[in-house]
Amino acid sequence: MNWLASMVGDQLPVLQVIVPLLAAPLCIILRRRSLVLPFAIIVCWAAFGVSVALLREVLEVGAITYELGGWAAPWGIEYRVDALGAFVLLFVSGIGALVLTYAPRSLIDEVPAGRHYLFCTLYLLSLTGLLGIAITGDLFNVFVFLEIAALSSYALIALGGRRQALPAAFQYLVMGTIGATFILIGIGLMYQMTGTLNMVDMADRLPAVEGMRTALVAFGFLTVGIALKMALFPLHVWLPNAYAYAPSAVSAFIAATSTKVSVYILLRFMFSVFGLEFSFEHLGLGRALMPLALAGIFVASTVAIFQRNIKRMLAYSSVAQVGYMVLGISFATATGLTGGIVHLFNHALIKGGLFMAMGCIMLRLHSVDLDEMAGIGRAMPWTMAAWALGGLGLIGVPATAGFISKWYLIQAALEQGSVLVAVLLLLSSLLALVYVWRVVETAFFREPSERAREAREAPLSMLVPTWVLLGATVFFGIYTAYSAGVAEQAAEAVLRGLP
Amino acid sequence: MTDHTILRVVSKFVLPYVLLFALYVQFHGDYGPGGGFQAGVIFAAGFVLYGMIYGLTAVRRVAPERVIEILIAVGVLIFAGTGVLTMLLGGNFLEYGVLTPAYPASGQHYGILVVELGVGVTVAAVIIAIYSTFAGRGRQ
Repeated sequence: MNWLASMVGDQLPVLQVIVPLLAAPLCIILRRRSLVLPFAIIVCWAAFGVSVALLREVLEVGAITYELGGWAAPWGIEYRVDALGAFVLLFVSGIGALVLTYAPRSLIDEVPAGRHYLFCTLYLLSLTGLLGIAITGDLFNVFVFLEIAALSSYALIALGGRRQALPAAFQYLVMGTIGATFILIGIGLMYQMTGTLNMVDMADRLPAVEGMRTALVAFGFLTVGIALKMALFPLHVWLPNAYAYAPSAVSAFIAATSTKVSVYILLRFMFSVFGLEFSFEHLGLGRALMPLALAGIFVASTVAIFQRNIKRMLAYSSVAQVGYMVLGISFATATGLTGGIVHLFNHALIKGGLFMAMGCIMLRLHSVDLDEMAGIGRAMPWTMAAWALGGLGLIGVPATAGFISKWYLIQAALEQGSVLVAVLLLLSSLLALVYVWRVVETAFFREPSERAREAREAPLSMLVPTWVLLGATVFFGIYTAYSAGVAEQAAEAVLRGLP
Repeated sequence: MTDHTILRVVSKFVLPYVLLFALYVQFHGDYGPGGGFQAGVIFAAGFVLYGMIYGLTAVRRVAPERVIEILIAVGVLIFAGTGVLTMLLGGNFLEYGVLTPAYPASGQHYGILVVELGVGVTVAAVIIAIYSTFAGRGRQ
């Protein structure tokens, strides 16, 4: 057993990726619903276990590397886990496991029974891709994993078989492919100039060629491509429909993880590879990102207020929340980055939980329309209470996770002496208050609609994971050692750059 | 295409060579141009040709959809399974050298052959599946 334990210990970084990767094709072979779903759930929790072990190790000994195929770093593909990567791995795999645990009951309702094994396969592949992005130290590998995650999520969105889901998935496919192509062109140009794809090696060689126009073009392609992938305003148009019409479990998973991982890619490229000095001091990336982030926060929040479809409303709110993350990054200071990174985590919990609560509503009401949801708080008090809790987090009420993020962001703004940004941040919370309150008021204080009168509380198998996730937002709003604490370490690591 | 005798006869004549050439490209990929992806495409092209001349029903008799679906998965499992095997033998993921510790170079040779076989199986199966899905649209 000792032999096995030491082997597993050495192989942790690769296990993080290949456990879900190997399980995905096995799902096709198992095929039977009663076998596939429990199997996939166990695999997801195993991946979560690996990420917990990785984070512990990284916090203890610093960044760990792994040579794929035994080939040494600049030539072979290297996996590299530092505090930021391990943090992203942790919440992506954790939410992935929790959402899949929640999914079975909602799948019966929303996905034809013959496709459940395909759902599990695609879900695991998507998880593989997202985890792979966060773990790899190789630029081309980032692109490959990005495509694995994206292609499987296009299919996941279309899987529900609802009519609107197909054009939504197709639009996402077109925009996502443009984004990925831009990223690939950027990586290609960088490879052409430096002759390396390893991130550490690249960071080493780039300064010599940074003055050249090719470097600027590469930087431009990468920025636009990544902005598309993370749905930064005004490149967010693919997001609302994709989130709104996907099956509930898919919305919850993708909303919680996919844009966050794209923000991670931004951090990796702009800080670790190009370096703080080039990206922010020389090219002024912060000055470009900040107005877009602020515009995104205000425009998307305002649009969210007028949505009838509540999943769509949450999707617009996601665009606004990406704005907060990018705003934190645009400060390029330790506090700002901590705010941005901790908001990755906090928003993943909040939005994942909110979409899970919407899945409960969808199961009982077969609609997420605001009018149909009138009075649903009486029939489904636990679900709506969870929703309200998540809503408080979105607003950023003290003692919720959202407050922690905004606290750091406002502090970062004040540190820079931009009182205006701090005031705007506070004002934007009022917009969130409006769209959250609208739902809470309709659900609790209006006369029940016909459907709401007949509805029952959601089953425990869905309620418990929803409450775990939204309960976690309160936990991490009070006890921040493992959210803001780790984010702080990650921010420092990012600012320090690669060794 | 029952009345196109020339097409039927010639395609039947060509088919074995298409498949054989695919296998050549597959297993010669480590020395010459080629490898799993190209071989898989050529192999699947044989099935597509067969389907175009003799109809989709005939293809599905040879390659039932369920079997093709399993083959897609099996190819990935062959690839990743090789990696897991090298891990169990004490190396890193896909470190073929540990397959034959006495002479790592030949282990790397075996490793790449097996892995490419996995690629070939999956690529061939995926292309047959894409063809049969598009050709079968509107039938159900």
